[in-house]
Amino acid sequence: MSRTIDAVVSPTQTNTIPADISGQMLDLDEDDDLEVFSKDSTLADGNMFNASMQTSPGSMVNQCKFEEDEEGDSKDIFITVDNPESHVTAIETFITYRVLTKTTRSEFDNSEYEVRRRYQDFLWLKGKLEEAHSTLIVHPLPEKFVVKGMVERFNGDFIATRRKALHKFLNRIADHPILSCSEDFKVFLSAQAWELTTYKKQGPGFLSRMGETVRAVANSVRGVKNRPEEFTAIQEYVEDFSNKISCLDKVTQRIVKEQKEYLEELKEYGPTYTLWSGSEEELAEQLKGVAGCIERCCKETEEQVGHLSDTLVPVLHEYVLCAETLKAVLRRRDNIQAEFEAKNETLATKKVDRDALKEEIDKLEDRVEWANNALKGDWGRWQRSMRGDLKSAFFSTAEKNVDYYEKCLAVWETFLLSQRTEPSEETDRDNTP
Amino acid sequence: MADAGNKESAPIGGDEFTNTELENNKNNTMVEEGSTLLRRMEISVAEAEKRTGKNTVNMQEIFTVYLIETRPIDAITEGHNPAPDSLWRRYSEFEILRNYLLVTYPFIVVPPLPEKRAEFVWHKLSADNMDPDFVERRRIGLENFLLRVASHSVLSNDKILYHFLTEEHRWKEVVYETGFQAKADSRIKALSATFRVKNPDKRFTEMKHYSDELQSLTSQLLRVRARVADRVYGVYKVHGNYGRVFSEWSALEKEMGDGLQSAGHHMDAYAASVDDILEEEERYADQLKEYLFYAEALRAVCRKHELTQYELETASSDLISKKQQREELATGMVRTFSFKGMTNKLFGQETPEQREAKLSLLEEQIVQGEETVTEKTVECEEYVKGAWVDMQRFKEQKDRDLREALIGYAVMQISMCKKGIQVWTNAKECFHKM
Repeated sequence: MSRTIDAVVSPTQTNTIPADISGQMLDLDEDDDLEVFSKDSTLADGNMFNASMQTSPGSMVNQCKFEEDEEGDSKDIFITVDNPESHVTAIETFITYRVLTKTTRSEFDNSEYEVRRRYQDFLWLKGKLEEAHSTLIVHPLPEKFVVKGMVERFNGDFIATRRKALHKFLNRIADHPILSCSEDFKVFLSAQAWELTTYKKQGPGFLSRMGETVRAVANSVRGVKNRPEEFTAIQEYVEDFSNKISCLDKVTQRIVKEQKEYLEELKEYGPTYTLWSGSEEELAEQLKGVAGCIERCCKETEEQVGHLSDTLVPVLHEYVLCAETLKAVLRRRDNIQAEFEAKNETLATKKVDRDALKEEIDKLEDRVEWANNALKGDWGRWQRSMRGDLKSAFFSTAEKNVDYYEKCLAVWETFLLSQRTEPSEETDRDNTP
Repeated sequence: MADAGNKESAPIGGDEFTNTELENNKNNTMVEEGSTLLRRMEISVAEAEKRTGKNTVNMQEIFTVYLIETRPIDAITEGHNPAPDSLWRRYSEFEILRNYLLVTYPFIVVPPLPEKRAEFVWHKLSADNMDPDFVERRRIGLENFLLRVASHSVLSNDKILYHFLTEEHRWKEVVYETGFQAKADSRIKALSATFRVKNPDKRFTEMKHYSDELQSLTSQLLRVRARVADRVYGVYKVHGNYGRVFSEWSALEKEMGDGLQSAGHHMDAYAASVDDILEEEERYADQLKEYLFYAEALRAVCRKHELTQYELETASSDLISKKQQREELATGMVRTFSFKGMTNKLFGQETPEQREAKLSLLEEQIVQGEETVTEKTVECEEYVKGAWVDMQRFKEQKDRDLREALIGYAVMQISMCKKGIQVWTNAKECFHKM
């Protein structure tokens, strides 16, 4: 990947920034910027794309290359999320999930870890990853609460769905060349419960986080002036994609609803034939036969609906959440650029320590470049994943539907065969187009 | 019941027919024993048209008329191809014909007409009598009615039926001249009256019970089937949204675009396919409906029997009581409590002249009563004979027809499954190409 500088902020711009905000920015930014985006000579080489993305200083173990590792790359970390368990304390009740990791990576002390994590822990991990890699695309977590439908948090289906989504979340991170090298990720997978609690308490404190928020708000208010065309294109795509995927999500849920209602009616339909057979002599056998066919089709329908709910619905839902993630990532990228542009303007317009400011601006410029390249790289990666996931989900659905109709066909054909005892009674009507 | 057993044959063509004719006759399954009208005449309800006219309260109305075409069979088999004779009839005229048949042959399970208004509809079907699909299904139902009547060993010989098929304008006058209307009114009253029969014929009681069951079972089945159809419609049509969204989405994507676009087309096809599927299933529903209405006709035959039996029992007990009275009057003995006996005790007996007058009146009444009882007994016996034969015929016909209907239903389901397999296989391939 070539190193291009997209920002075209002219140093001669005359817009001013309120002094007080910029002052705060300078104070609170420093540590974070230095950690993540420093041009410190301790890095192996000056190429930003091989920079270590560890959030804790000094931890330089892996120099993860931001290359695509689609084929031929052996997976060296396997994670499963299972075994939900309920925990009751005086204050609250919550669910933990077992997270089992098997890995050959050298930065892990052991090759196998078994820990228990609750939803909050996953949320924490996601937050940390997004903090450290604000323009990388982190796969979404299942939602905190389900708005419509189930109210009970501990409903069996809800837990099962959540578990699968958490499993996917961790595996996506494990597959990501940069995110999987995160120290936070490692700690999440390996630390015992008390260790994790201690670890969480480290890192940027409350004020630092506050500063982040203030800065983010200020940046979004400020807006970005010269967004590169490609990011505008991505943003437009994400808008449209978000609409389409939300639509598909709704349509699919509607289909599930209609299928379930169809199933309910079918369950009443078969018995009416059985009831009738009780009053007939010659016809009894045929009527019972039809009732049996309908009953078997009922079972197939139930299976088909289950498959739809298990396979297509969660994937579409995930990508609805993904679309929101993408929007957030684009916003963050914009903010980084906006900050750079603002500082540049300050340089041009205000009487400040030009050297210090210039140094800061250089760092911001690098930060912008890094952010843009990270996003560009991850964007391609995300598109490939999206295509793979959705293609596979729809394919699987179509396959199941074929299977469903084939099974129902067999049921009715068997019945028909049992009825055709005399050739003279055959009516050749089964070749309708 | 005046025409019961009257086997006057209609004067058309000869009575010869060969086996090939029988095979060529597409209504093979309906041909009955004996000489029926259908063997001599090809009948069809070919078309339906809308007309406007004034109704009984002198208001403009739109109604549908049906074209009845008839051709003599021997002319066809001789190699000629004569143009059919034809006339137009509306549904209400069919109703008149059927009411006439019901009254004239009460011991026959008279074939029903297709429904007057669309019942057991699911949401797509309008209950509108002008809806072209409804009109078409009604045309088929009316043709079915005529074919059944014309192939019935008893009904097919009726002159009024023949006139219905051949004389457009005078028919109504002729049918009203039979005076069936008055009988129709009293029939309706009788069928809904409550009375108790002392010695019911078990076979008829069972048959009546069966007719009640058949009615309730088929109507329940039709109701649930309509709900199922409604749901099927919903499922298929929602998939049409996939078509639209895939198409829109495909415009956004590079690699996935083609696959999505074609998958969308298949989703549209899937959604559209349900219309034909359900229209065909409507014919199955019609077959069930015919037997729902047949159940009513069967019940009416049983009820008429009960009525006849009741009338016989009443006439008999009347006769017995009259004879008893005569005996009492003759011997002066009061065997059972009677008002007469009471008044005799209270006010003294009547004069010998009074007694004589009463006795001769009673003798007259007894003679009449005996005649009535004899008539009624014969009536009852003939009714039972005729009805039992026709009920057996009906039972066999029902078993045959419904069996065929169930097989037809299975065939429809198979066709539906095959369409589903095709669409989703195609969609699967499109997704594969994404």
